[in-house]
Amino acid sequence: MMEGATADPRLEPAALAREARELARTWREPEGFIGWFSRIDHKTIGVRFIVTAFCFFMLAGLLAAAMRLQLAQPRNTILGPDLYNQIFTMHGITMMFLFAVPVVLGFGIYFVPLMIGARAIAFPRLLAFAYWMFLFSGIFLYVMFLLNVGPDRGWFSYVPLAGPEYGIGKRADVWAQLVSFTETSGLSVSVCLIVTIFKLRAPGMALNRIPLFVWAELVTAFMVAASMPSVMVASGTLMMDRLVGTQFYNQAEGGDPILWQHLFWFFAHPEVYIIFLPAQGIVSMIIATFTGRPVFGYLAMVLSLVATAFIGFGVWVHHMFTTGLPQFGTSFFTAASIMIVVPSGVQIFCWIATLWSGRVRFATPLLYALGFFMVFIMGGLTGVMLAAVPLDAQVHDTFFVVAHFHYVLIGGSVFPLLGGVHYWFPKIAGRMLSERLGKIAFWPLLIGFNMTFFPQHILGLMGMPRRVYTYPVEMQWGALNLLSSLGALTMFAALTVYLVNVLVSLRRGAVATENPWGASSLEWSTSSPPPPYNFHPAPTVTGREPLWEPDVAERPVVIGLSADKRDVLVTQLMDAEPDHRKEFPEPTVWPFLTAVAVGGLYIGSIFTPWAVVWGAIPTTIGLIGWAWPRKGNQPRHLEREIAHRHRAAAEHA
Amino acid sequence: MTPKAIDVSRLPAYAFGHRSIMWWGGASLMLMEGAMFAMLIVSYIYLKGRSPEWPPGYFAPVLFWGTLNTVVLLASALPNHFAKAAAERLDLRRLQLWMCVALVFGVGFVVIRVFEFRSLNVWWDSNAYGSVVWTLLGFHTLHLVTDVLDSAVLTALLFVGPLQESHFTDASENALYWYFVVITWLPVYAFIYLAPRLA
Repeated sequence: MMEGATADPRLEPAALAREARELARTWREPEGFIGWFSRIDHKTIGVRFIVTAFCFFMLAGLLAAAMRLQLAQPRNTILGPDLYNQIFTMHGITMMFLFAVPVVLGFGIYFVPLMIGARAIAFPRLLAFAYWMFLFSGIFLYVMFLLNVGPDRGWFSYVPLAGPEYGIGKRADVWAQLVSFTETSGLSVSVCLIVTIFKLRAPGMALNRIPLFVWAELVTAFMVAASMPSVMVASGTLMMDRLVGTQFYNQAEGGDPILWQHLFWFFAHPEVYIIFLPAQGIVSMIIATFTGRPVFGYLAMVLSLVATAFIGFGVWVHHMFTTGLPQFGTSFFTAASIMIVVPSGVQIFCWIATLWSGRVRFATPLLYALGFFMVFIMGGLTGVMLAAVPLDAQVHDTFFVVAHFHYVLIGGSVFPLLGGVHYWFPKIAGRMLSERLGKIAFWPLLIGFNMTFFPQHILGLMGMPRRVYTYPVEMQWGALNLLSSLGALTMFAALTVYLVNVLVSLRRGAVATENPWGASSLEWSTSSPPPPYNFHPAPTVTGREPLWEPDVAERPVVIGLSADKRDVLVTQLMDAEPDHRKEFPEPTVWPFLTAVAVGGLYIGSIFTPWAVVWGAIPTTIGLIGWAWPRKGNQPRHLEREIAHRHRAAAEHA
Repeated sequence: MTPKAIDVSRLPAYAFGHRSIMWWGGASLMLMEGAMFAMLIVSYIYLKGRSPEWPPGYFAPVLFWGTLNTVVLLASALPNHFAKAAAERLDLRRLQLWMCVALVFGVGFVVIRVFEFRSLNVWWDSNAYGSVVWTLLGFHTLHLVTDVLDSAVLTALLFVGPLQESHFTDASENALYWYFVVITWLPVYAFIYLAPRLA
């Protein structure tokens, strides 16, 4: 590759500036009302994913506050049992389906193409479709909740409670179609990410030079692709049981409720890692930047990510230890659940080694990464406890489990994400967040979190079950519950400060330079915020830490991509050698229209199976409109290509 | 010092097979769809394991239509192979021809599928066995119908244009996806038609 590098008049500053203006015209996002629904730039869609997901995070937080208010003292009457059931279910599915997964994918959508030096994401229209499906799913869920049809059978919607006999009304159907919506969205995004990471990397970014965050997103995308089909099958069969009388989960006709638990948890345990691995990727980027050195043990880090993904598919039964499965089977899953600690431990030790040998700057993003260590390790320790069948049988369905998974999920995912927002806000918004407000928010959040959830371990050991709307005074759970509720109040205040920081800094923050933290990855080599075409000229890579390599000033750049059309360089899978150019599609409103059609189909099918048939017609029209090319000068262009190919074949012969 | 440059303007504007991003998009889709088929088959095995007799209370499906369809489906790989080869030679005429032939096979397959549903000997709401065989067959039919529609749109595009070089890549990937539909049919056939006879 490097032999072909030559100096070129197209690299004169004036020529570059002229070409940048033309690129800006070509890659411009459409304006106007219809234009707003037609946008396909991965940065626009990424921001939409992240902002929408954080809106749902706030709604879920309000629901959590309502629950903590209700449980603050015994025999409280703020929420009745029916509303409480809806609220804990809504809180769970909002956090899992509408916040955690979309937000980690959203960061991937925004930053993966930038980190690998690509001009765009693969299949941008599919990406736009994925966003609309995600947005519609959330609106659908909250409209149903306001109509008193919110799901109320827990986030895992166990049958037979959610089946046709006991799940009367439409609440369980709302759960099932929310899953269909969000999984359609998640699966679409994972296709975009996998193909982008495999085929659009900057020349020279071989597999062993991919940034750790990008590795994490790649592994996550594969986990999405392998696990979400399982819950699609689960929600589809549940819908059919409820709507057209199939008998999948009806014991009396040869069905089996335990089948539901297998299908659900085969998805839902990997889901934890889908949320957690990208957060680990964020931690790796933050630690490298704020220690000023590459993360220790790159290969060990990557192998740990991959190992976690594989083992993550072999532990689902530890959610089902009390269903009476054979003892030999449960031993296997205990072993796997303990084994998964090993790759997580390897990563933690690598991070500690990095901190040990680097020059540490205690900026707010790093504080969140350190908070992640503390909280997540505690969650991991209770995880090892729960992997043991006898202990699990004792505390199953108690607040001990609630405490455990909040330590894992808030510690393992929310802390790194909040740190990630601090870290990347300058790149996205072009302004810095306030460090002072950042630190003011961090400490009460860390203290409030532990105040909320640590007492719940003890409550669980005292026997307090999950999903109860109240408890009698005689149980003596009142004091710890009050402490927990006060902790929630502290968290609420801290997050409010965080939100104020974001809103104020958007307007008044210090203007960010290209690389305000002195970081090493490629997203920091373009302007803040990046132009629609990401890079000009497009970069090449010669090492793992592109902006820290000694050759940063004299590395070759990529020229020769057309500026008058959306030309993207496709590279080879292993070593990212340039392979061919691909013209990427223009913005269009069809993905939005298709999402409306599919959304209509999903919502309609809650009421009648015929919605699937009628909804298929507009969906098909939408897809045809999506795929049909616009008139242009393509034929002439095509003839040129064919001639080029024949000439190349002749030369080859 | 002026930075050096790699000039990519001479690189081709399309590629086939694993060099193309369409191939990887298709492969990711197949991974997901394959996972769904796998989960349905796992559900079949699970329900079969929970039942003292199989099929519980009903006769096994009639072999004729399903077997006929297997033969037609395997035969349909041939026109698809020729369509794929023509696409990769950028031979528009041959591509149009073989796409049409493949389409005839596809439509024939969907028609025979109607008779297959009628020969299952059980309804979807009869019991869990009926539910899972109807769902397996229905899910495969969904793939058939969408792929036939997809091929029809692409064929129409090849005739009326505006044509782009990417449509040759699309045609090549379309053939690949058809192979996927053929290959997934084999285990589905084995479980729907043969497993009840072996039990």
